[in-house]
Amino acid sequence: MIRSATPVTMIAIAAALALALALPVIAPGYYVQFASKAMLMGMLALSLNLIVGFGGLVSLCHGAFFGLAGYMLGFLTPDSGGASLWLSLPVALLTVAAVAAIIGALSLRTRGIYFIMVTLAFGEMLFYLFHDTRIGGGSDGMYIYFKPEIAIAGSALLDLEKSNTFFYVALACLVGTALLIRGLVRSPFGHALVAARDNERRALSLGFPVFRLRLAAFVISAMIAGLAGYFSAAQFGFVAPQLLGWHLSATMLVMVVLGGMSSILGPLVGALALIGLEEVLKSSFEHWKLIKGLIIIGLVFALPGGLQQLAAMLQTGSSQVPDLGADVAEPVPAPAGEARSHV
Amino acid sequence: MSEILLKATALEKRYGGLKAVSGVSIDVHRDEVHAVIGPNGAGKSTLINLLSGDVSVSAGAVMLGERDITNLAPDRRARAGLGRSYQKTTIFQNSTVFENVRLAAQAHGGQALRLFGSVVRDSNVNARADSAIAEVGLARRASTIAKLMSHGEQRQLEIAMVLATEPKLILLDEPLAGMGQAEASSMIALIGRLKFGRAILLVEHDMDAVFALADRLTVMADGAVIAAGSPGHVRNHPAVRSAYLGHDHGAAA
Repeated sequence: MIRSATPVTMIAIAAALALALALPVIAPGYYVQFASKAMLMGMLALSLNLIVGFGGLVSLCHGAFFGLAGYMLGFLTPDSGGASLWLSLPVALLTVAAVAAIIGALSLRTRGIYFIMVTLAFGEMLFYLFHDTRIGGGSDGMYIYFKPEIAIAGSALLDLEKSNTFFYVALACLVGTALLIRGLVRSPFGHALVAARDNERRALSLGFPVFRLRLAAFVISAMIAGLAGYFSAAQFGFVAPQLLGWHLSATMLVMVVLGGMSSILGPLVGALALIGLEEVLKSSFEHWKLIKGLIIIGLVFALPGGLQQLAAMLQTGSSQVPDLGADVAEPVPAPAGEARSHV
Repeated sequence: MSEILLKATALEKRYGGLKAVSGVSIDVHRDEVHAVIGPNGAGKSTLINLLSGDVSVSAGAVMLGERDITNLAPDRRARAGLGRSYQKTTIFQNSTVFENVRLAAQAHGGQALRLFGSVVRDSNVNARADSAIAEVGLARRASTIAKLMSHGEQRQLEIAMVLATEPKLILLDEPLAGMGQAEASSMIALIGRLKFGRAILLVEHDMDAVFALADRLTVMADGAVIAAGSPGHVRNHPAVRSAYLGHDHGAAA
């Protein structure tokens, strides 16, 4: 079900990693900060793909998890200095996990388009919670004047105010996320998740607790999105309700689709491509959003399997659409109304 | 009489005013094939779905051994020892035979959902998958992609997946559907072997197969049981003859 990485892919990953490690030395500061931002977006795309690609569930509330973790950092940062990362990060992630568990437990009772709508509704609820109340400065958002402090026994271990240090921390988080998702996808858990995506009824009749499985994937995915949100908020020093809105959730989805859902790293490629494209267009054209849209439409038409398909084509020399992992064997639709809803 | 592995009492399923199944009681013993037959629309598939938990009951009770499973969801029934096949083949088409069966074996293992560690190296799961594949006679096809096999082999694979979950009771929903003569006779032989140490409830339209395999028969019509007993008893039962002659001439002959 999951293809192993080819030697070419391994070399490409090693080269990208080497380039990333060298970036702060060879590139000016602006690009280091830009790359940090892009990597955090990449983490977000990787997290979403655990649910969308491997779980078969399109979530439109991952932006809310991203933004919520950022707000948590904002709440936990005192006026006088940085919050301790050892305290603020776990609190932020556990808050996201708790919220995701509630949203997941309710929305995972629905399927298909209804799941999309319910997650969208929950995401918007969180958006309006921060937008229309005075929590976190209302629609104005709030500033985070100090980056979190990473200290052991009172002495600073890493200084996130330095953009190079921040870059390496973001890189470590990204690599950790990719390894985590790779491990999950190959584990018994991952195989069961993919089986439930391909044929829910069969997975149930084999004895897999599909609801619990999906809930666990949803919460893990939300926590990774929260991790990205925490560091994004730290980087920009500002959080606003827009971070929780559906627009970001939809952008994440574009990254996932653009990169390709059937591989672990495809969404990362999609995220980097989208952010890079925006950056290039923004500096050259006034109506850059229009051009961006046209390019994305063109890419999706040319590469229905995502940018990862490009890599596959370069390797095999063929333009055949790769197996997208749509392992659907006559999916037996659960008859509405009579299927058991208790899980 | 040997041990009763499945006992359903007064099962009923209503859809609004329509009773798809009403007052159906059935039991299946160890080492036995109990076949359920009846004309189209008799409620046989609904009965299987009630027993497997795919459809919830309106009234009645289902016992698996000593355990009341009436209100358990399908996945919990599967873990309790109830396996089923579907009328339409529901294998994972793009995976190999071995991957399909390993997934099923994993579902029944103690570590079905471990978050870490590779599935591929779990020797206990692999061994159970191998033995299920051997039992249905697909050992030489273990590394074949499922969708590349014949219909008959795909049905065998589906049975192997059920076996890998180590069921006490197996529900087979028309296992011979769409099969040719040769495929059907090897499937009949397979089902005949499967019953030992287990119990099988078989829904099937092929009367030759039913009378070759069944130790006992239950005949349904319009959602209710009209006759039950040994094949010889059922074959000559007047209600059965009229039910079949009324709808499906000669099928019970």
